[in-house]
Amino acid sequence: MKILSDIAALLTGMWITWKHIFRRPVTIQYPEEKRTPYPRYRARIVLTRDPDGGERCVACQLCSAACPVDCISMQPGEEADGRRYAEWFRINFARCIFCGLCAEACPTLAIQMTPDFEICKRDIMDLVYEKEDLLIDGCGKSPEYNFYRHAGIGVTQQRGEGIEEKRPVDVRSLLP
Amino acid sequence: MIYDPIDIALILAKIGLVFFVILTLAAYLVFAERKVLAWIQDRKGPNRVGPFGLLQPLADLIKLLTKEDFRPIGADKWLFYLAPAMAAIPAIMIFAVIPFGAPLTLFGHTVPLQVADLNVGLLLFMALSSIAVYGVALGGWASNSKYALLGSIRGLAQLISYELSMGLSLVPVVMLARSFRLSDIVNAQSGCWFIVYQPLAFVIFLISIAAECKRIPFDLPEAEGELVAGFHTEYSGMRFGLFFVGEYINIIVLGGLAATFFLGGWHGPWLPPAVWFALKVLSFAFLFIWMRGTLPRLRYDQLMHFGWKILTPLALVNIVVTGWWLVLRG
Repeated sequence: MKILSDIAALLTGMWITWKHIFRRPVTIQYPEEKRTPYPRYRARIVLTRDPDGGERCVACQLCSAACPVDCISMQPGEEADGRRYAEWFRINFARCIFCGLCAEACPTLAIQMTPDFEICKRDIMDLVYEKEDLLIDGCGKSPEYNFYRHAGIGVTQQRGEGIEEKRPVDVRSLLP
Repeated sequence: MIYDPIDIALILAKIGLVFFVILTLAAYLVFAERKVLAWIQDRKGPNRVGPFGLLQPLADLIKLLTKEDFRPIGADKWLFYLAPAMAAIPAIMIFAVIPFGAPLTLFGHTVPLQVADLNVGLLLFMALSSIAVYGVALGGWASNSKYALLGSIRGLAQLISYELSMGLSLVPVVMLARSFRLSDIVNAQSGCWFIVYQPLAFVIFLISIAAECKRIPFDLPEAEGELVAGFHTEYSGMRFGLFFVGEYINIIVLGGLAATFFLGGWHGPWLPPAVWFALKVLSFAFLFIWMRGTLPRLRYDQLMHFGWKILTPLALVNIVVTGWWLVLRG
C-alpha cells in the first residue's frame, strides 16, 4: 500500500535525523580553534624577492591587466642599469576577490598568494596595501627562481649568459 | 461563595508561577530548538552567551526589546499593534484549564494544580485556539504587505480546517471520560491512558496540533523561502517577539493538552505528578523540534487535501466506532 510506504519513508527520515543528533559536530570554533589552510590557499597577496635579495617585480603591468576587479595599480620605474622596478605598487584588498589571476599572470613570480586570510580591518582604507606592506624578504613558493638569470637580456649579465640560454648567433656568420 | 484570603493568595501565587514557568519555558524552548536543530545538522548551535549558551534567550530578549518598533506605511495602526497580542495571549490563557499535577494540600487548603477547573475546559480550549487565529489573520491583513496577506490567508484556511479535525479527534476522549472537565479527563485515565483505546484519535490530534502551532510540515502561514516570513513579515522588535513566543507557548500548551487528553496527564508511576507532566510536555516539544529538523513543508493543496479528505473523515469514523463500542460494552 502506498500509505504504508509513505509512513515508512517518514520514519526513515526521522531515524536518520535521530542518528545525527548524536554525531560529533563538524563545527570549528573559529577564533579559538583555527584550521591550517593548505599551502596553496589563496589569501593575502605578497611581493616576493629573488634569491639574491632583489625585488622580483619588473612592473610589467600584467597582474594589473589580469585583475578582473582592477584592484592592482603601480608606477613603473627604471634603474640606471636598465632594470625595471615598481616605484609604487598598490593592492586594494577591499576590492580584491582573491582569484589568483595576478599570480598566474606574473612572469617573474613576484606576486604570490599566501594562506594568511585574517586581514579584516576596522577602517576600509587600511585595506589598501602599499608596496612596503606587500614586499616580503623571502622568495615565497619558488625559492630558486630569479627572472634575470634566465631572461634578463643585457641587464644583469651579457646576452647569452643566462641559465638555459645559448649565446646569440651572429647572423652575418651564417651567410654562405 | 466566601473566599478565604489564603485561598486567594494561593490562587494568585499559582497564576504567577504558571505565568513565569510558561514564559521561561517558551524562551528556553527557542534555545532548545536551535540546539537540537544544530545537532541534527551536525553543528553545535548557540554556545557563546553564558555556559553552553544558556543565557542566549536573555540576549535574544534584549535584542528584541531594543530593536526599532517599525510600522509600514499604510498599515492599519490599531490592528497592527493588536495582532501580536491576539496571537500570544490566547495561547497563554489555554494553559489555565490544564491540570499540571495532583492536588496539593497547603496550609490546610486543598490546592488543585490547575488555574481554573472549568466544567467546559475542553470547549474553552477550542474557543481560545479559534481566537488565536485572529492574531494570524489580522497581523497579515493589517501589515499592508502581499507576503503577509498571502501568509494570513493560508494561515486562516489551515488553522480553521485543522481545528475541525482536532475537535473531532477529541470527541472520543469526551465520550470515554464522559466530561468536558479536564481534571475529570485526567482522572478517567488513572488506570489506563486513552492512547491505548484511541490510538487513531491520538495520531489525528498530534497531526492537527502540529498544524495548529504552524510547525514545519504545516508551516505554510510562515513559509520562509516563499513568503519571506508569512503573516509576521512586517513585524519587528518585540511585536515579532510576541508572535514568536506565542508560537512556542502554543507548543507547550498543545503538548500539555495532548498529554492531558491521551497520555494520562500527570498520572505516572514513581516520579512526582508534576514531573511526569513536564516530561510528557517536553517530549512533545522535542517531537515537534525533531519533526522540524526532518520533514519538508507540504504544498497548499496537499495540506487542504490531507485535512479535509483524510483527517476529518477518519476522525468522524473514529467517533462512530467509539460510539458503537461504548454502546456494545454497555
